[in-house]
Amino acid sequence: MASPGEAVVGDTHVGEKKKPTSRYWEEPQEDGKNENKVVKDGEQTEQSLEKKTRQTQKAKKRKQEEDQGDGNKFISGKSDPFPGPAPIPEDRLQKFKRRDKTKKPRRQHYKLKDMITRSEEASEMAQKQAARFDLLLPEDAGFLEGDEDEDTCTISQEDIADVVDITSATKYFDLKLSQFGPYRVDYSKTGRQLLLGGRRGHVACIDWQSKQLMCEINVMESVNDVKWLHSEAMYAVAQKKWLHIYDSNGIELHCIRKFNDVLRMQFLPYHFLLATASATSFLQYLDVSVGKEVAAICTKTGRLDVMCQNPHNAVIHLGHSNGTVTLWSPNQKEALVKMLCHQGGVRSVTVDKTGTYMVTSGMDKKLKVYDIRAFKPLKSYFLPAGASCLSLSQRGLLSAATGDIVQVYRDVWNTPVSKPYMAHRVQRTIWGMNFCPFEDVLGVGHGEGFTSMLIPGAGEPNFDGLDANPYRSAKQRQEWEVKALLEKIQPELISLDPTELGQVDRATFEQRHQDRVKALGFDPLAKEKFIPKYKKKGRSSTGSVERRKRQVAHEDQRDVIRKTAEDKMKIEKERKKREKKEAVLSSQRSALDRFKK
Amino acid sequence: LDFGYHNIVIWHKFPRNYDPALHPFEVSREYTRALNATKLERVFAKPFLASLDGHRDGVNCMAKHTRNLSTLLSGSCDGEVKLWNLTKHECVRTLQAHEGFVRGMVVRYCGASFFTVGDDKTIKQWKMEAPGYGEEEEPLNTILGKTVFTGLDHHQKDAVFATCGQQVDIWDEQRSSPIRSFTWGVDSFSSVRFNPVETELLASCASDRSIVLYDMRESAPLKKVIMTMRSNTLCWNPMEAYYFTCSNEDYNLYTYDMRYLDRPVTVHMDHVSAVLDVDYSPTGKEFVSASFDKTIRIFPKDSGHSREVYHTKRMQHVICIKWSSDNKYILSGSDEMNIRLWKANAAEKLGVLAPRERQAANYNQKLKEKFQHHPQIRRIAHHRHLPKNIYHQTKELRVMKEARRRKYVNVRKHSKPGSVPVVSEKEKHVVTVVK
Repeated sequence: MASPGEAVVGDTHVGEKKKPTSRYWEEPQEDGKNENKVVKDGEQTEQSLEKKTRQTQKAKKRKQEEDQGDGNKFISGKSDPFPGPAPIPEDRLQKFKRRDKTKKPRRQHYKLKDMITRSEEASEMAQKQAARFDLLLPEDAGFLEGDEDEDTCTISQEDIADVVDITSATKYFDLKLSQFGPYRVDYSKTGRQLLLGGRRGHVACIDWQSKQLMCEINVMESVNDVKWLHSEAMYAVAQKKWLHIYDSNGIELHCIRKFNDVLRMQFLPYHFLLATASATSFLQYLDVSVGKEVAAICTKTGRLDVMCQNPHNAVIHLGHSNGTVTLWSPNQKEALVKMLCHQGGVRSVTVDKTGTYMVTSGMDKKLKVYDIRAFKPLKSYFLPAGASCLSLSQRGLLSAATGDIVQVYRDVWNTPVSKPYMAHRVQRTIWGMNFCPFEDVLGVGHGEGFTSMLIPGAGEPNFDGLDANPYRSAKQRQEWEVKALLEKIQPELISLDPTELGQVDRATFEQRHQDRVKALGFDPLAKEKFIPKYKKKGRSSTGSVERRKRQVAHEDQRDVIRKTAEDKMKIEKERKKREKKEAVLSSQRSALDRFKK
Repeated sequence: LDFGYHNIVIWHKFPRNYDPALHPFEVSREYTRALNATKLERVFAKPFLASLDGHRDGVNCMAKHTRNLSTLLSGSCDGEVKLWNLTKHECVRTLQAHEGFVRGMVVRYCGASFFTVGDDKTIKQWKMEAPGYGEEEEPLNTILGKTVFTGLDHHQKDAVFATCGQQVDIWDEQRSSPIRSFTWGVDSFSSVRFNPVETELLASCASDRSIVLYDMRESAPLKKVIMTMRSNTLCWNPMEAYYFTCSNEDYNLYTYDMRYLDRPVTVHMDHVSAVLDVDYSPTGKEFVSASFDKTIRIFPKDSGHSREVYHTKRMQHVICIKWSSDNKYILSGSDEMNIRLWKANAAEKLGVLAPRERQAANYNQKLKEKFQHHPQIRRIAHHRHLPKNIYHQTKELRVMKEARRRKYVNVRKHSKPGSVPVVSEKEKHVVTVVK
């Protein structure tokens, strides 16, 4: 679990698999040795290759300087047992890999070549250093592991709460709120605050770790969805008629009448956009930093009550009653992608943090996993009860609500899963479910209130202090807010591939030409229309004008045609010559011809 | 990773995790940051620092002190020479050096004295220190020449200097007659410069549209290149001293490699009137030019167009320009008797930067470089407000150039193939090279 005070689990079967991290000064283990060797081999081959390939002198010089770094002998005569920099495991390097190597231009372009080499060196260094830094991360991740012949799904929440440390044990709790349920659930980006929205108008925000109630109101209207905005100071509530925004004291800040009949909401934290899906089949985007509607898209697909966002590229996924899932960006009135995923209607959609996998569940009681980059189905599972609610955790655990049972699956996309990782039964039907970021906690909203469950291995154990810091002070939050607003991404930049902006824009000739025309104010390649001079004495009769026009018509093509014609003639001539020669040769009779048959 | 104190403190406050999955939209966020940085750069671009007034006539020449950053010397059209303290923005000493114009001025390499030449056909050497109380302001040494001198330059480490006028003369400081005189069928020279690395080499601009190279040890000039228009001044690149840049009457500047004079390495265009003076930055990466069109432009050494243009309402024709030896400031002397102090980098914050400030500035610089080709960012970074007449003249010049090009293309099209060759922009301006 992500909390810093981690208790060691005793003799029970409940425990996290804690593999001691291998240190390079420890007795080298088998695999470590291999890795070392592999790396060394790689270096050697690299070096030999480099010797072979001709490099620029500068690069050679730099290389030499690096090589001098690992002198193998000290003055005392002892040799360094660990020469060179500490090896970095390949998988860790892979984690920080941003892109493939740039192809170098073939000829000349010395400056460009040098620039590419330098930037590649820099990015490689950054990658290595980031990979090295992983060693310093304070927490490790792990999962619940059962004894032999024991399923982890049989372990109850009480068992886990009994054996973990008391801080973690307090994270398993039930809130009995039977009056206004069922509840929707939303955790703030840092995972400290919890927002509950009861169907019958009850809205509460809680600092759930200290169990402190921040505010509690009843909006006296049905509540369809609740969502935190960029910080824990504001949240949006989709009520029966309109969209309302409240602050953390429960004071209504805005009532946005442009957004009516909202059923589901998603907040895009880096764009400061609140995306809403309404019963009137409108998908609307609200920029919460300036309070303007960015886009309103009529999807023309009926009631929209299934929605999720792709956290990797900020594309909104909508599920429809005809079994399709559509992908939307605010820049386009049409769907980016339409996928037919289920035979019945789609009940729930969720996308993982890296934007690789999409998990859907439908009325056909199936649970399907898609590779969302290639739009390919990967796995399909049959759930007898069908999942009404799906949620993916930061480390890829999938929770599915089937009636009043929460099932959590592990690694649904790689290996075919037959049993859930964990399961838990709550009192009544589940209506909302969410994993808490940076905690091993799953929040479940249901008819009887709210249940916070412990799911070991769900959350990312190491948070980044500059991005989402659960322990930040008020001052730090303010600073973060200013920074985040400054680097708010414009909605125009939302596209399926978020790295598109960093790639080389190979503009077409037409586009470049258009830009040039725009910059110059005239078209440099435009052909001037030939206007024949007016001539006197009847020489400007229509016939002669046409004749003169014909003299200059297709002037640019004439050269080409003439040249090709000449070439053809030449080839023809040569061919004839050759044939003639051959004919002459063949007509010569030799004395040996008589022996031929 | 930098394990400096500053970063350790930051890590303590903010545990970091560099996993790319925790930091989505890297590129878009960086782009936004770069856009902000570019906008802020334009907001903070306030290059004008101070105006030094005191001269009673137009400023005709300036000289940098070789040893002292805060001292500047300037000579005006009424023969007055002033020494300025740049940190205090005040004149520390005034002396009436010549009758008529002060034509040229140079500080000796040791920084203890300086030379001036004027319209009164004299070369005078002055002490850098002001005379004591009650003493007369008198030159250390005065040489009376036969003709008017138009410029001078001092050798980098010997007691030798060169003047130009009707001919290029090499003088020993101890003698009253030149040790060597160079002529090559020309009637006058406008500027002479010693090469900063190959210290015996000189270059001068002549009024017959040529640039002449000399070796001080030889009796005859080395070679010259004749261009279509006259060059006013030239300046050697202090880092790659085989390159020099000359400011030309045809609104352009030309960078030449002295080994291959048959075509310039780069033609720098942007001015809309004759270019009067040019000076390199001490890093040799950029140079600044002063023009008759009342603007100053800064060019990267290998770029055909300027990266920056400075102008004010009150600045008239800029006659002389200097880039300060600490690479931070630009000094311009103009017709309306003022010397202006500019920042070389318009948006730079002056003074000592806190470590975080410096880090942020470096980071922003890198971002701007990375995204410089994106159209939105390029538009903001390249936009400069220009005075109306310059803006219109630029347009007009462009039209003229386009018309000339069109005509040339038409001529080529209608003449016998091969009879009208393609002449590149670089070759256009060179007439011949004579050895």
